Parts: sequence; C-alpha cells; structure tokens
Amino acid sequence: MNGAPHWIEPFPHGIYVRPADAWIDPSRPVPRALITHGHADHARGGHDAVWATPETLDIINLRYGRYTGENAVGYGDAVDLNGVRVSFHPAGHVLGSAQIRLEFQCETVVVTGDFKRRPDLSCAPFELVPCDIFITEATFGLPVFRHPPTPDEIAKLLAMLETNPQGCVLVGAYALGKAQRVIAELRDAGFHDPIYLHGALEKMCALYGEHGVDLGELRPVAGTDKSDLMGRVILAPPSALADRWSRRLPDPVTAMASGWMRVRARARQRGVELPLIISDHADWDELTQTIRDVAPREVWVTHGREEALLRWCQLHQIRARALALVGREDEDDA
Amino acid sequence: MRAFAALVTQLGYTRSRNAKVALIADYLRATPDPDRGWALAALTGEADFSAVKSSAVRAMAMERVDPELFRLSRDFVGDTAETVALIWPETGTPTNDLRLADAVDSFANVSRARAPALLAEYMDRLDSDGRYALIKLATGAMRVGISARLAKTAFAQAFGLDIDAVEEVWHALAPPYASLFAWGEGGPRPDPEGTPYFRPFMLAHPLEDGTVDLADYAAEWKWDGIRIQIVRIGEQVRLFSRGGDDITLAFPDIAQHMPVEGVFDGELLVRGQAQMGEAASFNALQQRLGRKTVSAKMLAEAPAFVRLYDLLIDGREDLRTAPWHVRRARLEAKLPALPADRFDLSQIIEAADFAELGRIRDGARDAAIEGVMLKRRDSLYVPGRRVGLWYKWKRDPLTADCVMMYAQRGSGKRSSFYSDYTFGCWNDEGELVPVGKAYSGFSDSELKWLDKFVRQNTVNRFGPVREVEKSLVLEVAFDSIHESKRHKSGIAMRFPRIARLRRDKPAAEADTVAALRAFIT
Repeated sequence: MNGAPHWIEPFPHGIYVRPADAWIDPSRPVPRALITHGHADHARGGHDAVWATPETLDIINLRYGRYTGENAVGYGDAVDLNGVRVSFHPAGHVLGSAQIRLEFQCETVVVTGDFKRRPDLSCAPFELVPCDIFITEATFGLPVFRHPPTPDEIAKLLAMLETNPQGCVLVGAYALGKAQRVIAELRDAGFHDPIYLHGALEKMCALYGEHGVDLGELRPVAGTDKSDLMGRVILAPPSALADRWSRRLPDPVTAMASGWMRVRARARQRGVELPLIISDHADWDELTQTIRDVAPREVWVTHGREEALLRWCQLHQIRARALALVGREDEDDA
Repeated sequence: MRAFAALVTQLGYTRSRNAKVALIADYLRATPDPDRGWALAALTGEADFSAVKSSAVRAMAMERVDPELFRLSRDFVGDTAETVALIWPETGTPTNDLRLADAVDSFANVSRARAPALLAEYMDRLDSDGRYALIKLATGAMRVGISARLAKTAFAQAFGLDIDAVEEVWHALAPPYASLFAWGEGGPRPDPEGTPYFRPFMLAHPLEDGTVDLADYAAEWKWDGIRIQIVRIGEQVRLFSRGGDDITLAFPDIAQHMPVEGVFDGELLVRGQAQMGEAASFNALQQRLGRKTVSAKMLAEAPAFVRLYDLLIDGREDLRTAPWHVRRARLEAKLPALPADRFDLSQIIEAADFAELGRIRDGARDAAIEGVMLKRRDSLYVPGRRVGLWYKWKRDPLTADCVMMYAQRGSGKRSSFYSDYTFGCWNDEGELVPVGKAYSGFSDSELKWLDKFVRQNTVNRFGPVREVEKSLVLEVAFDSIHESKRHKSGIAMRFPRIARLRRDKPAAEADTVAALRAFIT
C-alpha cells in the first residue's frame, strides 16, 4: 500500500480518525477524543467521550475535572471503535503517557504524543510499536539536543546543595512529570532528606504516590520557617522561580530542569544559575534512532523543530511530512 | 581543560560579582601552573590566542554535519561556537584529557593552515562544555564579562593579598604569570621596576553637608570625563583607566604624545565643536570609550586631551610621599614640556571663602563640569579613599517630574521585583514620550511599594516588560541632559535616579520635554 491513507487525516487542531469519528489530542472540544497524556497541550476539557489510560484519566480529573464519558484503556489493551482497533502503549514521557496505535483495514498508524526512551523511574518505559505511519513529536528535533545522562545532572544539583549550606537550591520543574521525575532521581541517587514543594506541585506528587511511585518525604514550603529551608532542595513550577513567592526562601540558587537548558541563552533568559538538562522528551539521537527502529513507510511530524527532522528523513530517504498542529508546546516546559 | 571549561560555563550563569570572584579564586587555588595563568589571561583578554577563524570552525562542523541541519541549529542556538560545541559528533565517552597549557602552546606554534585540524583533534577528546571553552579560546572570543580588575581581585582574594599590592606588580607581568602565582604561594614579590605599571588612584569622599577651610584646602573643578593615569618609562607609554584597565590603544592621540617620563594623574576629555574646541560633555567622550582601536575619523571629530591635576612620579622620583602643594608645583613646572593641544592644567579656583566657592560652583554651566574638588594642601598621595584628604562637592543635581511608563524586573536579589523604571515627559502633541530609565535612588520600602504599584497597574506586557497606567509621578534627579538621536524624545539624561515618589502629583502636571531641553548643555 502506498500514499497517504484515506481514513486518518491531520487538521490544525488535531488528528481525525474518520471511521471512528474520533480525534487524537484535539485542541478544541469534540464528541470523541483519544488522549495520549495529561499535559495541557494534549488534554483539553470539554470533550463528550474520552479514551485514555487510567493514569491519564486520573491526572485529567485532578487538573481539569471529569469528562462525561470516560473510557479507561490500560497499556496493551485494545478497543474497537467502529472497525478501528485502538490500543495504548507506554510512551515513557510522564505517568500514564501512551502512544496510540490505530489499525484499520490492515494498515497501522502510531501516534506517539510526546515520548522519551531513556529510563524514567516515575513512569512505564517506552515500548517500540512497529507501524506503517509513524506520527511523532519533534520538540528537540535539532542535532544540538543531546541530553546528558540524568544521574550526571542530579549529581550537579547535589554538589551545588553541598556548597551552599546557608542557602537552598530552588529547582524549577513542571508540575506534571518533571517534578516527580527529579524527586525520584534524587531518591535513586541516595538523597533521602525531606524535599520541599511549592503548593502547585503537592497534589500531583500525591497522585504519583497513589500510583505507586515512591517519592520519599515531601513537605510544603508554605508554613515552613525560612531557617528550616536552609540546605534544602525546593521544587517549584518554573513560573514561580522569579516570582514574589521565591522571596521567602533563604538565598536560593535557581536551577531549572528542562531539555532547553542545553542552550546557554535559554538558561540565561530565565535567570537560571544552575541549568539541569533533564527532559521528558526524546533528544535528537533518540528521535532519529526511534524512526530507524520503527522503520515506518512514512513519518508525520506533529510539532517541534519539524523542519530539521524532515531534513533528516530526506537525507535518509524516508518519506515524511509536517502536520503543523496548533497549540502545542504551550506548556511551560519540556 | 575540564576545570577551565567548568569555570567558563559557571561564569556564564553567574551574575553576582562576588560569586564570580569566588569562582575564579577557587579555580586559581586549585589549578596548577601554567594552566591557571593561561586561564587568567584568556578570561581577561590579556592574551589573544586567535589561532582559528570563526568561519573555519563553522566549516569544520559542516564537514561532519549536514549543512542544512547545521544552519537550522545555528538559527536556534544563536551562537556559532556554541552550536558547533553542541552538534559535534561524539564517537565514545570523551576522555577530557587535554591540558589547557598544552592547547595554548600548540595553538601558538601551529600554522594557520594546520590549526583547524588540530582544533578538530582536540574537540574529539572533549565534552560539550570543553568544546565550547576550547572554541572560544581558539577563536579569541572568550568574552565572559570579566574585567582585568575583577580577575586581579580574584587573584588577591585567592592568596590573601592586598589588591593594591597586586595592581602595583600586575602590568609588569606577562601570561602565564608564573612569578605572580609564586608570590601568591609565599615566594618573593615580583619586581615591576623598569616597566610602565599602574599605580592605584587616590580617590575622594563626597562632601556631604560640611564645609572646609580654604586655607587648608585647594579647590579645582571636577571634570566630567574619565580618570586617567599616564605612565611613561623609557620609550614605553601606557594609559590606565580608573579600574586599572589598559586603554592605551583606544587613545593613541594621547599615548603617542607624552614626551616626558613620569606618572601623571588627570581627566581624559574630548574637544567638542559645540564647545568651540573646549571640553565636551561626557556623552561625546563615551563614543570613544570601550574600543580596542580607533578610526581616523573619530580622532578628527572628537580629539582627546588630558586635563592634568597631579604628578605621582617625576622622571623616576616617587612624589607620592610628598604633600599635594609640592606635587602641584612640580606638575606646573612640567607643563611647558608637554604639547599644549594634548595636555593642559586643571586650574585652581580662587575664592575668598567657602561661601564664595559655593556661589562659583552653582554658577558654573560648563558642559564638562560636574562640581568642585577640594584637596587638602598637605595631603600625601594615598591609594583609595581616605577621610579628610580629598572631597568631591558635586553640583546639586537637576530634577524633573516624570511619569512612570514601563517597568522591568531587576536581576540578582532584585529578580522578583519590578525595579527598573522607564519614565517620560509630555511632548508638544500632548503625548508622553520616554526620557530616561532609572533603577536606583529609592529605599527598600519604596521599592516594595513601587513593585506593588507596577503589579496592580499593569496595562500591557511585552515579554519581561510591563506597561503601567500612566498615573505615577516620579521626581527624577540627574546630573545633566544631552541631545540624543537614540531616544524618541531627542534627549538623554546622565545618571538619572529616582529622588522622590510624587504620589500627590497628578500625571498631567509632570514636566514637558521642552522644559527638559532648557537644561541641555
């Protein structure tokens, strides 16, 4: 079979699966939505019926409230939507994140949502799913993005903490996924002190706990004396780093956990003193290796630095196209 | 190379001066010779290792990565050296086994043609921070915001030495400063004899509300230029700025015309056409500052001269332990030997008493006069600021009532406060146009109030900048005002600061641009 399939169609506000009359990660309210994961640029409110992993539904419930028709589909399970076989497979991005595999009339499509391949102690590992059409993200789709080993970055954080006993290290980390991952990595590195949280992170960390991700002892910053925060690791959403909120902290060193920290100007713009290159997305090598591993007939790129990834596909004689979906990367972080 | 790369990277993320000094000091203590000396030279730009051109570095990368992918990456990162450092293919775990001194030696001895291949060989051994530091080093574009003064301070701090003592010997030394580090670790002090080195300046205290007796103090104008020290020994001439930075190359019109041996202290000024060849405002001088070289056009349009006011060394005789009146007499005696179009004498102001001096000060409207200096007639030339010896008595600042228009967050400790304010005055069309920007002059409690005002009165956001409701009048103090093509209002203030918050005053009653223009000197 050659050429673009007739049953799946990209629009600026989402990918439409025609026979199922369902949209994948639509950015406007639709009757039937398939959702890859809980980040705001993929999971919007207002849909009537929704299919997602149980973890993703829990996250959505916590952040935005309930949908009327919720259908939980576990990893590896499949549902039939009017002749389209829909199954969910781990994407390794955040808790509950899934690649959505669609099969219709002997043709298979995989939509990755956002994904990464390196180990993450706070979510299920990425699973390679062969397909004909591979619809991928390209957030870090430039060859300058090569994320270093995460333990090295955690070691930098701990070294800074040690040299700043009278102050604290304030880590900017997105509330869903990044914060819990940083905490899990710190625990894995043998750091068992209490970790202090900005109020905006508390509920999501508790939810991870309910799903069996052990984050150790967590305490709220609110209500803690300034002197008790000395020598502590404190996590806050990136928007709080230079906000009035941070004035209550004792001489904080500002860190930020994000793949963008690979680029100096990006770190400086945010006033970051300790950039930690910790990303929940595939870097360039992972993106290109995944395309090689999946070996699809065609690659579609949803969002990110698609121009460079298309160029790479061209150099490797892989048919590829950009979908130019709107409203992606609205989340604060990557 | 690993330690040097880490230092360069950390300095890039550090904003506080003290933190930078501490980072450099730690590095200097922990790193062996001659690596630390070369690092110091590289950071301060005192040694230029430009062995490879930036275009050659780009070409090297394009041999290894698709040119189109490189271009897209460069557009995103915004810096060629950083792009190459990040994109460079890694075949295994980098060994990082390159010594800084070995790299410096090799680049010094390699031919231009062979240099890129050598750089590539080194790049293969380094991680991305190492590659970044190496490219910056090899292309001679270090630029990490470290002045020579800051580096010297770090050195002094690292080894518990006095910064003035370090200044004395610094210019006698060359990278990699082996004798300097030997001194730091307990060896003999390097002898600067026979070299044109910098002597730390004697500085003045502000004269707050007091008065002085003119029988004990001599009065001179305080010129609004930059403090300069001219050192000549043998055939060598050096010009040093207030911080001890060597500015010889920027002012050849001075450096090439000092015929007399000795060390002179004075004010560097430029002549302005509007001033009929007399000293122009600081604004005019600013065009010539911060340049490594100067064009013939600039030399013709804004010729520099020095208004001398002290003589530290006469020939080779040190006068710093002689009283001011003796040094002054020796300086006056030197003047006939100096070319009159490059050097003149800062005149003594004759006044019967302090009250008359005050009247003379207030009457002065010369573009290049900032106020009056008072120097104790028997004062020795002592580095730094000593109470009771020299005073500066600035003219009262000018003030204007302006309206806050925009606010921006500060940096460092102030990064959560809107502490930088752009303010404007009314033009002839009845619009507010920006006339300046200030981020000082207010107290901590006023800052809190201002921050709150900005947050509660924001009408627009442009990235880090907030536009505010045009309702708050700020009384702005400034030293002088000049024509400026850069600002929409056509004027620019020198050293504006917030004098008072005029919460009582309606914005409509703030000053006009036309009123400000009347202050132009």
